[in-house]
Amino acid sequence: MNRKTMKLISLLCCTVILALALAACGNSTNNATNNATNNATTNKVNTSSQEVKEEPIKEDPIKEVTITVLVDNTQDAVNGGNAIIDAFQKVHPNIKVEMETRPGGTEGDNWVKTSLATGDMSDVFFYNSGSLLQALLPEQNLLDLTNEPFMDKVMDSFESTVAQNGKVYGVPVGSAMAGGWFYNKKVYADLSLSVPATWDELMTNNEKIKAAGITPVIETFKDSWTSQLIVLADYYHVQAANSTFAEDYTANKAHYTDTPAALRSFEKLAEVFEKGYMNKDYLATTFDAGLKMLAEGTGAHYPMLSFAVPTIEQNYPELIDNIGFFAQPGDNANDNGLTIWMPGAAYIYKNSKHPEEAKTFLDFIASPKGMAAMATVSKPTGPYLVEGAVIPDNVANVVKDMLPYFDANKTAPALEFVSPLKGPNLEQITVEVGAGITTPNKGADTYDHDVQKQAKQLGLEGW
Amino acid sequence: MNTGIKQFILEAFAVLFTIVVFWVPFYFVILTAVKDKKEASLLDLSWPSAIHIWENMKTVITVRDFMLIRAFYNSSMLTLFSIMGLVVVCSMAGYVMQRRTDRFTPVLNFLVLAGLIIPPAIVPTIWVLDGMGLFKTMTGMVLVEVALGFPFCVLLYKGFMATIPREIDEAAVVDGCSGFKLYYRIIFPLLQPVTATIIVISAVNIFNDFVNPLYFLPGAKNVTVQLTLYNFQSQFVTQWNLLFMNILLITIPPLILFMIFNKKIVSGMTSGAVKG
Amino acid sequence: MTKIFKRTYSYTFLLPAAIIYFVIFLLPTIMSFFFSMTRWSLMEWEFIGFENFITFFQESSLRIGFKNTFIYAVVTCSLKVVFGLLLGVLLTSKLRTKGYLRSVIFFPTLVSTIAVGIAFSMMMHPTKGLINTTLAFFGIVGPDWLGNTSIALLSVAFVDVWKGVGFATVIFMAGILSIPEDYYEALSIDGGNAWHKFWNIIIPLSRPATNSVIILAFIGGLRSFDLVWAMTRGGPGFTTDLIASIIYKQYQGGFYGLATAGNVILFIFVSLLAFPLYTYLNRKEVDI
Repeated sequence: MNRKTMKLISLLCCTVILALALAACGNSTNNATNNATNNATTNKVNTSSQEVKEEPIKEDPIKEVTITVLVDNTQDAVNGGNAIIDAFQKVHPNIKVEMETRPGGTEGDNWVKTSLATGDMSDVFFYNSGSLLQALLPEQNLLDLTNEPFMDKVMDSFESTVAQNGKVYGVPVGSAMAGGWFYNKKVYADLSLSVPATWDELMTNNEKIKAAGITPVIETFKDSWTSQLIVLADYYHVQAANSTFAEDYTANKAHYTDTPAALRSFEKLAEVFEKGYMNKDYLATTFDAGLKMLAEGTGAHYPMLSFAVPTIEQNYPELIDNIGFFAQPGDNANDNGLTIWMPGAAYIYKNSKHPEEAKTFLDFIASPKGMAAMATVSKPTGPYLVEGAVIPDNVANVVKDMLPYFDANKTAPALEFVSPLKGPNLEQITVEVGAGITTPNKGADTYDHDVQKQAKQLGLEGW
Repeated sequence: MNTGIKQFILEAFAVLFTIVVFWVPFYFVILTAVKDKKEASLLDLSWPSAIHIWENMKTVITVRDFMLIRAFYNSSMLTLFSIMGLVVVCSMAGYVMQRRTDRFTPVLNFLVLAGLIIPPAIVPTIWVLDGMGLFKTMTGMVLVEVALGFPFCVLLYKGFMATIPREIDEAAVVDGCSGFKLYYRIIFPLLQPVTATIIVISAVNIFNDFVNPLYFLPGAKNVTVQLTLYNFQSQFVTQWNLLFMNILLITIPPLILFMIFNKKIVSGMTSGAVKG
Repeated sequence: MTKIFKRTYSYTFLLPAAIIYFVIFLLPTIMSFFFSMTRWSLMEWEFIGFENFITFFQESSLRIGFKNTFIYAVVTCSLKVVFGLLLGVLLTSKLRTKGYLRSVIFFPTLVSTIAVGIAFSMMMHPTKGLINTTLAFFGIVGPDWLGNTSIALLSVAFVDVWKGVGFATVIFMAGILSIPEDYYEALSIDGGNAWHKFWNIIIPLSRPATNSVIILAFIGGLRSFDLVWAMTRGGPGFTTDLIASIIYKQYQGGFYGLATAGNVILFIFVSLLAFPLYTYLNRKEVDI
């Protein structure tokens, strides 16, 4: 290739890139007018909503108003958001709802925090309930919904997770979730095992599974958040042993190191490692790979949140009936219960220019209709927290495995929903404990310090 | 004869070494990018049973409503404007700083050196940008790139200015060409070789910048190519083929630049780095 | 003359640079000393003295960053100097393939760090990765490069060297090429061999290049963030956390005051190591 052709090629490439860039520009302008929920148009959407804001507020009630709603960018959240918005538009054609997306995980936490801090938040946003909400300084940033009539439909157990100082700020988006152990029923049947009622029974099962050449416990530390499950899902037992743990913990009176039942959570995690029950390469295995192992039966157990169910259903529809679920067992067979996770919530930004329309939207979300709309795209993975909303019959069996715990009232919300404190480094610490890098005692101690750091940054009393 | 064989062995060894250490990783990236999902997950060097180059490319480009295209647009704009800013601002500063020596000189030199060494204070920068209404805006991001690129570029300009004789300035002044005219008409054209170097180095650095957009330009509408890669890392957890196709696509612009300026980059960098 | 001189080289030329540099870089750096002593939500702050710094030094998950950052900077810097020098010598010798070699070695410098990090973390997969399958072919059981706590940091450092050695090589090449031919001629008259040439001429006379590489690589290593973040996110646990990645995590957590304290600590840490190194190297240069 001589120099001239080389130059020609590179020139061509540059032209193509430039053309693409221009095309993208033109594209987004077109979309902005046509497609409300189009992610590509966030740019345009923002400016257009700003233009709306600058108009006089006293507007004709029939006039169309646009509100923006921010959801995280996972496929599930986007689908769910679209479903709710579509259903809402049918009932309220005057209120146009446009969706914006943000990253998920800790990245997303930060995104929401800086958006609020810099006064650049959408009218409505979906975000976690519990401790993560507390970190958003709701009193400064969110609209108080305590006296809204639609809050009556929301169950009290949920309200407490979106409240601060007696004021309530959100309505649930979706169903409750459970944290516990997924297991492969086929493996259990082949080895004639039964669902364990105590931790020791679970360990005995693991021993038999290991002897049969199957991985007893799947761990996926490449996605480090998955490593927290054994510790977090143990909270039912912590609460059973110390009913005031959450309060004492928030008030700096109880800690993981000095509460035996809480320390036990870390010990359980370490025990799984010490006995060699985990898959090899657990440090390089991802969440998706873990689900695959579980569905295909190359691994017998996977400690996980029930929100994994839709993914299994979607990726392995023919294997979903092989999957079962049980709560993480404690040391006492008579007191066995489930640790549950509250769904995320929809909040209204305090400085929203359209609070009334936003409230109408929240009212719709917190109705059986809204829940049903969501269920069309993502089936519930636990009971709903809105009165009158029922679980459809076509949920997977694995979800039905969770219902007895709810019926028997043997559930406890995870610690992060009853205390504003959840140390940001827990997932790194549980990786250390779960991979044998450190001891459970040391891990609990590190975590106590992590929590202390957070409490100080939040400016809590008593720290 | 003996030295001939020796040299041949040395060269063969060197070429073999580059194949193992440098070509294999690139080959791996390209190969994975054209495989289907299942074969890509094997992470090996086997030849794919079918080439999926267009399919993968289409998926990567269209995903999340053409996020990649938007990112290419944003990154190009960021690179273009930052370079323009850097060249104008730094050439003027380098010109005066090299020509003029007075009691401020040590202070200025220290500030430039400090800028090279000191890591930027992230959150206060966000605070300042936000105060000016420039946080999460392209303008703010361009200013950040100019401010952070300033020390390095100004050193290059200063180094090159030292090779331009003062007699030229004096002759120009005598001819009545002074002030801004002197800089604009006489000096700036003479700086052209080092300007070219700065354009190339900054283009690569800013196009490949990950940390600064991560902090100062969050938001889906502002995404840059490096951030798409970072976002797709969590979205394409099981689709290595798409992730690697993205890597491939965003490596093309620096690759083109490299092919055009291969020799110049190296000579330019060396003259600047050693003198600076 | 001074009047003309002052008017010609007017400081107004410096004004745009001064404004941007001051507002975007210097001002935040100065402010960081104040904000590092606050609990801060970006909107309001509460002065809490040195508490953030105490937290930083007390907590093991934060403290580990100092050790890691230092190791990382020293390892990447020294390997870049050694390999850069050797490759520089090789590529300035009379090789026929040197044009090709130089291009290949330099190319990784132009690829984005995130891309390199992702590709290598795939190749370092403990069982399926290219590196270990190749080793297995020779009957060697390779370690878990990024999972084993005693080598994870070194694995990342290795990738950093892979990516950055081209730049070091080029600087060394320039240094070596600027050595006047007379020295080599004098040596050949004295009957010196290749080793003498390397040890007695190239090493001492390419000192400015060596200094540039040391300074750039060392400072780069101390401030490094993106490669570690792309490959391990600081994990497993906190094993590969660098000061910069710890700062990012505090920022993500919304602990803006604490993150800024981390910034100030990094600032002091880098200054304490880099300024003395800079003056030391420059003094040596004058001696020769």
